[in-house]
Order: sequence, then C-alpha cells, then structure tokens
Amino acid sequence: MVRQAHHDSHPEPVERFLNYKNNTKMKVTDIQKIDERETRGGFGDGLHELGKMNPNVVALTADLAGSLKMNAFIKDFPERFVQCGIAEANMMGVAAGLTIGGKIPFTGTFANFSTGRVYDQIRQSIAYSNKNVKVCASHAGLTLGEDGATHQILEDIGLMRMLPNMTVIVPADYNQTKAATIAIADYKGPVYLRFGRPKCANFTTQKFEIGTAQILCEGTDVTIIACGHLVWKAIEAGKILAEQNVSVEIINMHTIKPFDSEAVLKSVAKTKCVVTAEEHQRNGGLGDAVAQVLAINNPTPMEMIAVNDSFGESGTPEELMQKYGLDTPQIVSAALKVIARKN
Amino acid sequence: MSPDIAQLEKTASQVRRDILRQVHGAKSGHPGGSLGCADVLTALYFRVMQHNPDFKMEGKNEDVFFLSNGHISPVMYSILARAGYFPVKELSTFRKLNTRLQGHPTTHDHLPGIRIASGSLGQGMSVACGAAFSKRMNGDKNLVFSLHGDGELQEGQIWESAQFAAHHKLDNLISIVDWNLQQIDGPTEKVMANGDLEAKFKAFGWSVVQMNGNDMFDVVSTLERCKENVGDGKPQMILMKTTMGFGVDFMMHDHSWHGIAPNDEQLANALAQLPETLGDY
Repeated sequence: MVRQAHHDSHPEPVERFLNYKNNTKMKVTDIQKIDERETRGGFGDGLHELGKMNPNVVALTADLAGSLKMNAFIKDFPERFVQCGIAEANMMGVAAGLTIGGKIPFTGTFANFSTGRVYDQIRQSIAYSNKNVKVCASHAGLTLGEDGATHQILEDIGLMRMLPNMTVIVPADYNQTKAATIAIADYKGPVYLRFGRPKCANFTTQKFEIGTAQILCEGTDVTIIACGHLVWKAIEAGKILAEQNVSVEIINMHTIKPFDSEAVLKSVAKTKCVVTAEEHQRNGGLGDAVAQVLAINNPTPMEMIAVNDSFGESGTPEELMQKYGLDTPQIVSAALKVIARKN
Repeated sequence: MSPDIAQLEKTASQVRRDILRQVHGAKSGHPGGSLGCADVLTALYFRVMQHNPDFKMEGKNEDVFFLSNGHISPVMYSILARAGYFPVKELSTFRKLNTRLQGHPTTHDHLPGIRIASGSLGQGMSVACGAAFSKRMNGDKNLVFSLHGDGELQEGQIWESAQFAAHHKLDNLISIVDWNLQQIDGPTEKVMANGDLEAKFKAFGWSVVQMNGNDMFDVVSTLERCKENVGDGKPQMILMKTTMGFGVDFMMHDHSWHGIAPNDEQLANALAQLPETLGDY
C-alpha cells in the first residue's frame, strides 16, 4: 500500500518491527527509545504527508498554525488552508460545512479550545450530524507546562468519548501521532485526535490500526494500560519492575473509543490485576473506560494513575507530572499495590 | 418554466396548511416562525435555487440551503416534501417516535434535504461558510443560502461567522435573517435588542438589503437581484421583515405562538384562512 510506505518511512529498527509482527514475546527491556520528539510534530508531518496524498484534506486553525506545526502543509498547499482567527466555535462549524462538497477538514488548536470551548458545536454540527471532521488537539494535559491550568485541559478525553459517533485517539509518541494523523483521513466519521506539546520519547514501531490496542510487551503479574505520554512512563516503570522480577504486560491503548475491550479482558485473564495511566482526570478518561469493561465482564483489582479531581498549575512538564502523581515511580508503586491486592 | 408569483403564493398557502397540520398532529412544534418564513422558503425551493430533490449530501454543482433556526422545522419539512425530496404523507409523522422528521432537523435519520443538524442556535452560518468555502475550492459556481432567526443573532458564534465570511470574501453566500422582532420571552427589543442590524452587518463587511418576507413579489425579486450580485467579493445579508404567524390572523404579531400547537378549534379556524391548493397530506 502506498499510504503505508509514507507513515512507515521514519527510520526504525527492522528486526524489532518483524518481532512485533510475528507477535513473538517482547520483553520490556527490549523496548528502546529511537529519539525524542514532540507528538505535535508527528501531527504536522502527518498532515504534510496527507497534503501530498489526498487532495481533499484541508487544514483549519484558530490562530495556532505554528504551535500545531502546520507550516509545511500551509507552505505547500496554501489553497487548502483555512485560517479562522481566534474563533473556535466558528471553526468547528466551518469544518462541518467543508465536508459538504467532500473535503476532509482537520482542525488544529489547543486541546482546551478543541473541546470544552466548543462542545456544543462539536456535539450538534459534527458528532450528531456525523460529519467527517478530524478535531486535532495539541497541548493536552499537564505537560503543556508553564501556561498553567487555563490551558491544561484534563477533561477532554471524557468529553469526547461521551459523544455518540465520535472516535477518540490518543497516540503515544511522534511516530504514532504521525501514523494516526494519516490513518484518520481514510476513516469516515468524526475523530478526536489528542496529542501534546513537549519533546518526549519516540519509540513505537508497530503498525497503527484504529481501535486495536497494542501489546508492547507480554507479562504475567500485572497489566499496565496507558495512553499518550504515559505509555513511555509505563515502559520505564516496567523496566524497574522487571529488575524486581515482576513480569509486566503493557498495553498502549491509543484508541479510547471504540474501545478494545478484548485486549483488556485477554490480558487480565492472565495477569489478574490492572494499572491504568493517563494524563487526564480520573473521571471520564482511560481508567474509567477500563473500569467499565472490567466491572461488567470480570471484576479485577485495579489502580488508576490520573489527576484526581483537581486543576493543574504552572511548572515544567517534569515537575507537574511528578507533583500530580503521573510519573514512573507512581506507576511502579501502583503496580506493586495492585499485585498485593490480588491475594 | 419557473413558477410565477401567483403560483408561488398558492404553494405557500399549502405549505402553511402543512405547517399547522403537522404541529397540530404532534401537539407540539413551532408554528409562528414557520408561517413567517413560508414565503421565502417557497421562493427559494420553487424558483430561485438550482437544486436536486434526488438528494446527495455533498451537494456538488447545485445550490444548497442551511436552516440555522432549526425550530422552524415544520416549514422546512413541508417545503422539502412538496419539492419532491420525500413523500408528502410522511409529514404526518412529524415529531412522533421513529420519525425522520425530528423536532429539530437532523441528518441522523437520513432525511433527504437535510445536510446538518440544527436546533442549538447560532451554528448554521458557520456551516454555510464552510460549504461556501468548499464550493470555492471545488470551482463549483453554485450558491449557498442560510436562514437565521433575529433572536438567534444574539448568539456570539453568528458574529464569528460573519467576520469569517467577510474576511474570506465568501461572495457565494447569501444569508437571510427572519426579522420578525419576536423571540420566546417577548419582543427582541425588550429581551435583547439587536440594534441597527443593517449597520452591524455592513460594518462586518457584508452587502445588506432589506425585503418584505411576506410579499412574494418582493421576496423573489430581492433574491434574484442578490444572485446577480454574486462575485463582488462580499457575502450578502438579506434582512427579511416578516410577521410571526403570517397568514393566520389570530397568530400574527403574537410571540406566544412561537412554540405552541393549535387545538382542534384553532386549527379549523386557521385552515379556513388558507386555501388548500396542492391537496393536504
């Protein structure tokens, strides 16, 4: 497939990729960082690739083209770029209207302005109307950093996954954000794509498929299910736990909706306990989605790494992740705690 | 041959009967604004717009219309049915369980002729701007029309889209405001005055004209004149003076008919004022 060639064009260790494809058992210690990149850069590069591949793809922004890394697209495809100014509600409606005529609009602004600010516009003009709009949201969560709580939305996954017709994707790194950006253009219907601001570990090499969770490594003692920036932290935690002879299975749950319940249930049947990790409120996020599946199908001891009903604040991303309990040591502690709860 | 004014007036009379019978049948709905806008929608769908009742969502190479004030769905449904988008007898299902004719229009049930859900106010002009932009990108010379309530202009998003349309020179967009000076809680002047609408839209960079929305000759000639102005780099606004409840004497000039259904006696009284020209459903 031509399209595949594009999003797999990033340099990657071929042998490891083959390992994944053959689904042979990867160890957590085998997972290595390729480099450090911004997930929003994956969006910008994916969008630029899409510009070349699909003439119907159009990009919109509300005065944040640079922050969303849209510049390459704008330079090469100026006639397919729509500047909306600081008026996000209108941007969502314009995006819905662009689908009439066959365009595939990608809106780009910060996650806060992509969701909470425009919830009713998304609900009526995009989700209920089932328009082929891709709501692409950067600077999600605490890792936005110094700008503080006004911009650090921690409720967006919940807001979007409650909407019927909406697909919700939270890629883990640069590679996956690029792959997801390209994939959603061919996926009919409204999509919320959430990514972030800072540079972080870039490590995914598996083929990205909407709605199919990725088992990054297999284990038997505990399942860690994470999304977004927390996936790499889960891997770091897994490496520490491996030193303590704890066997960890890590699931990259990049698609929050539709939710891959089967992957969760299969893993839990083996490990009998779960930790979820996300850069989001505990209410409404990935942990809630996992808890729902488990409560209905197979009640299982579970711990949740998430922000617990509070707003963020100014600080560096690292400081904030530490203060709000979203860091590697907290995942390690949660894993040990939930393992102890099994008995 | 396009219908003359007298024929359009006959159609509008039937549309008004359909509105009243739908709302009466559902025991709910919004007759006031629907009656007021019956003439402009008749003119658009039976004479002014180039459109295809063999409905395609993408609306390429045809004029498209967006109803932003979705609560006047009874007039929209009657117009679409009478124009051949779906069977006229389906009007009897208005607002009933499992209907495609939801209280407010939706694409959810695939009703031909509806391209966007509306009901929550203020969103339709943005959608119309997007469709107009899409037509420009596609080299499609057809037009985009939208209809709004005057109370709806109190929503901030309207003004976001108004500045967007002017900034991007969307001169293939013709928006119409149903300027009946009424909203749910009373006269707009008391609830939240719109001020000088003509000056406001002009200041935003639009061409603005006024028309009498309940005079078929004025409606048709204004719309056709606006079509001729297309291409001058400006979006066009038609401030359409109407009377809420037009055509039914006891409903006219009374905002209490915004969102209530007539009883049996009131229906009979109202229908007696409106000739049945195309056969009731």
